[in-house]
Amino acid sequence: MIPELGHIALIMALMMALIQSSFPLAGAAQGIPVWMAVAKPAGRAQFLFLIVAFGCLAFSFASNDFSVLYVAQHSNSSLPLHYRLSAVWGGHEGSMLLWALILGLWTLAVTIFSRGLAADFVARVLGVMGLVSIGILLFILLTSNPFERLASPPADGNDLNPLLQDFGMVVHPPMLYMGYVGLSVAFSFAVAALLGGTLDSAWARWSRPWTLVAWIFLTFGITLGSWWAYYELGWGGWWFWDPVENASFMPWLVATALIHSLSVTEKRGAFKAWTVLLAIFAFSLSLLGTFLVRSGVLTSVHAFATDPGRGLFILMLLAIVIGGSLFLYALRAPTVQDHVRYALVSKENLLLLNNVLLVTAAGSILLGTLYPLILDALGLGKISVGPPYFDAVFAPLMAPVFVLAGIAPMFPWRQASIRKVLARTGKLALGCLITGIGLTAVFWNPRDIATMAALTLAVWLAASALFSLTSRVRLREHWREGLRSQSRSVYGMTAAHLGLAVFLVGVTLSGRYSVEKTVRMAPGETVEIADYRFTFLGVSRVEGPNYVASRGDFEVQAGATAFRLHPEKRSYRVQRNMMTEAAIDPGWSRDLYVALGEPMENGAWSVRLYCKPFIRWIWGGGLVMMAGGMLSVSDRRYRLAAKPDESWQPASSASNVAA
Amino acid sequence: MRLKFLIPLSVFALLLVLLGVGLKLDPREVPSPFIGKPAPPFALPTVHAAAQTLSSGEFQGQVSLLNVWASWCVSCRQEHPLLLQLSKTGLVPIYGLNYKDERPAALAWLDRFGDPYRASAFDADGKTGIDWGVYGVPETFVIDRKGIIRYKFTGPLTEEALEKKLLPLVRTLQEEAS
Amino acid sequence: MSAVVRMLALLVLFRCGTAAATEVRTFQDPAQQQRYEQLVKDLRCLVCQNQSLADSDADLARDLRDEVYQILQSGKSDQEAVKFLVDRYGDFVLYRPPFNLMTLLLWISPLLLLFAGLAFIWRRSKQQNPAMAAELTASEQERLQQLRKTTQQQ
Repeated sequence: MIPELGHIALIMALMMALIQSSFPLAGAAQGIPVWMAVAKPAGRAQFLFLIVAFGCLAFSFASNDFSVLYVAQHSNSSLPLHYRLSAVWGGHEGSMLLWALILGLWTLAVTIFSRGLAADFVARVLGVMGLVSIGILLFILLTSNPFERLASPPADGNDLNPLLQDFGMVVHPPMLYMGYVGLSVAFSFAVAALLGGTLDSAWARWSRPWTLVAWIFLTFGITLGSWWAYYELGWGGWWFWDPVENASFMPWLVATALIHSLSVTEKRGAFKAWTVLLAIFAFSLSLLGTFLVRSGVLTSVHAFATDPGRGLFILMLLAIVIGGSLFLYALRAPTVQDHVRYALVSKENLLLLNNVLLVTAAGSILLGTLYPLILDALGLGKISVGPPYFDAVFAPLMAPVFVLAGIAPMFPWRQASIRKVLARTGKLALGCLITGIGLTAVFWNPRDIATMAALTLAVWLAASALFSLTSRVRLREHWREGLRSQSRSVYGMTAAHLGLAVFLVGVTLSGRYSVEKTVRMAPGETVEIADYRFTFLGVSRVEGPNYVASRGDFEVQAGATAFRLHPEKRSYRVQRNMMTEAAIDPGWSRDLYVALGEPMENGAWSVRLYCKPFIRWIWGGGLVMMAGGMLSVSDRRYRLAAKPDESWQPASSASNVAA
Repeated sequence: MRLKFLIPLSVFALLLVLLGVGLKLDPREVPSPFIGKPAPPFALPTVHAAAQTLSSGEFQGQVSLLNVWASWCVSCRQEHPLLLQLSKTGLVPIYGLNYKDERPAALAWLDRFGDPYRASAFDADGKTGIDWGVYGVPETFVIDRKGIIRYKFTGPLTEEALEKKLLPLVRTLQEEAS
Repeated sequence: MSAVVRMLALLVLFRCGTAAATEVRTFQDPAQQQRYEQLVKDLRCLVCQNQSLADSDADLARDLRDEVYQILQSGKSDQEAVKFLVDRYGDFVLYRPPFNLMTLLLWISPLLLLFAGLAFIWRRSKQQNPAMAAELTASEQERLQQLRKTTQQQ
């Protein structure tokens, strides 16, 4: 009964999505206010039905209803309740439902926070979001129905993949999807502006907070995923340039570019056509990622959906959504004019350069991800493109981004003089260079040029972010007033750039100075790595709710202090998987990481020990960037923009100001 | 001037075609670098008798199949009836390469499911398997009269693959040299 | 879903575990150990195709790690170890694609893209540069002031 209810709710949601897109889009084209007004209630109703559908599936999981195929495949009665609930998005069908639900949530948000916008613009935005929703809901209903029943239900379920039985995994997919799907708002704003011909600074000001919020979630989702991979997969890595990781990273890079280019469009009315294209790209890459993950065209994700019908369906969806929007772009963009003028050396161009670098990075990742497929499709053999390629391409593209992120905030709009900026920052840059080289030489290795370069960049990024903030503050008479007079988005930018610096420190030092040892340890034996003494005390048997584990007992001596670490090797009963649960002692300056390998003779085990300096800064940096995004979004001017504004005209008054 | 706005759309169209083609490809399959090259030499004891040797010299002078199998390999069981059927027809001799197995288990397996092989080489440590580029048991190689590998099928054989690919190839190879 | 889906896929289809290489090996010197570790990191496992030889606990990965180790132990070069695998499994095992005619586009495209982007910036700036001096006209200034006032009142 409940699953059928969910199924019906899903069909109703589709109906609502149809209404949400058809009437408002037609109404906006024809200028019929009543039709346009349908958008908001239809969007809210769609969300309501999606909540019901999702709730029904969650209920089926909670009540162990194994007559539902999807529940039988991904749950088990011995699974703890919180994992049974997160198992709702543990497989293909349920995670698509989560996707749809989150799109509904964003739709709801748009209906609430769009009071200041013109009626026809809101109608178009919601109409476009409804179109995307129709595609996703049809996909779920026709090819991936999570409510499908089994004629003869099994006594118990197949259990959730043990890797997903983890807190990080409960939170990671919803956060990542909030980011992916959130980019649909910026996309819909862009398409709506192209449709209505209202591509101006005001459009950029409305788009920016939505893009920022999506970017915040995406940043958080990726950070979480990387952290999870680090502690759960047991090989101490945090990023592998796997096609599926790339699928989440490309939209992030483009969204980052979009945030910066939106700020130029907002403040200067420049780059309109480019910004709108970026907004289309960002969401397109999210959709493309969904396709890559679920179609089986790339090895990485082969098992996620083996049904080629699904691949074909998403491909058609891509063709319609992305192809349609790019076609619209080709039609409308030529009529978009930038009236702004700026010199070759100006903040505008530095931000454009940042865009070019970020988009080039995303493009290279896309090419690297798809290149094996291109060769294979042309019958030219099979190759692999892996971490060595991406590292080689990515690092040189990112180095100038770090330089720019430091210097660009100090450039004035319109026209800048390199000499003036150099005069202001020359000493600072020199100081950073000395600090970078000095830190490396004193604490690490006096011959390590790569680390010197990277640390110099990180110090530069942090120092210049603070320097440009202080110069802004100094414009006021008193520093307290100066601090208060800065907008939240200035603080947001500073924080985000500081986060980037923190991230860079983590990547560099953990990458270059990790110590790792695989050793055989008998009980009582001691091994030393990087000034830490690990003593193996033995292994005991531990029972979990749905697994049995061998639990290692290690004593770690760090100077005068000692503590215990307990890595586990778990065997899950239903899926019969071996899982390595590494034990980690986190720290500001280093992580100690112990993983059990295999049992050897006489109670000995092969054991892997790591000392990873500053690795936590990688995710710390991600969180600081996220905090920067949050500060920016709380800026006063976006709150003003959300308020009703009856004097608003769709004309390009704002771009006149800029011109 | 206007044309530049069509660039994104055209690139995307190309991408769509590529992804469409990609849907029909199997990204997991690794083509063998040995196609058109002489079979890597080996000389191994057979599964049935440790004293007997099966060597790659056997492939000279006749078209033959080499099937990589193991008693621990679940999908080997799936293709096994096809191999039995094929060996009964006598169209082409099938040799086995028993990969990383234990002799009693392998013998018991052949006893239980039937033995389609003219002989099976016993590759306990899997070194010969590696020399042949084996990565997913079962695998089936087609070797011509001169001992040159002409084709490799990875994974359990299907009737379709046998009828459409392997057997026609075997026939042409047999005609080629006679 | 990033790494998650990857691991999920591996586990479901091929039972690829999550434990990295756990063999206890002895090396002649730290340099050799580093060469070994770098090599197995840059080679792709054929069974768990989304893991390197270093990360995979597939049986074949173990055997291939052994081979690489033996080759290095016998005093041969990294290239010889790589050649051993490429001879048997093709370029597929290389996570770092070789630079040849087929991969030319792969390696130079990032540069091409970057230059295209720089050219784009350059052209945009050139096109409008002559008019750079054109500041706001008097009437425009006036309108600007007006607009500023109205926005302040709001």
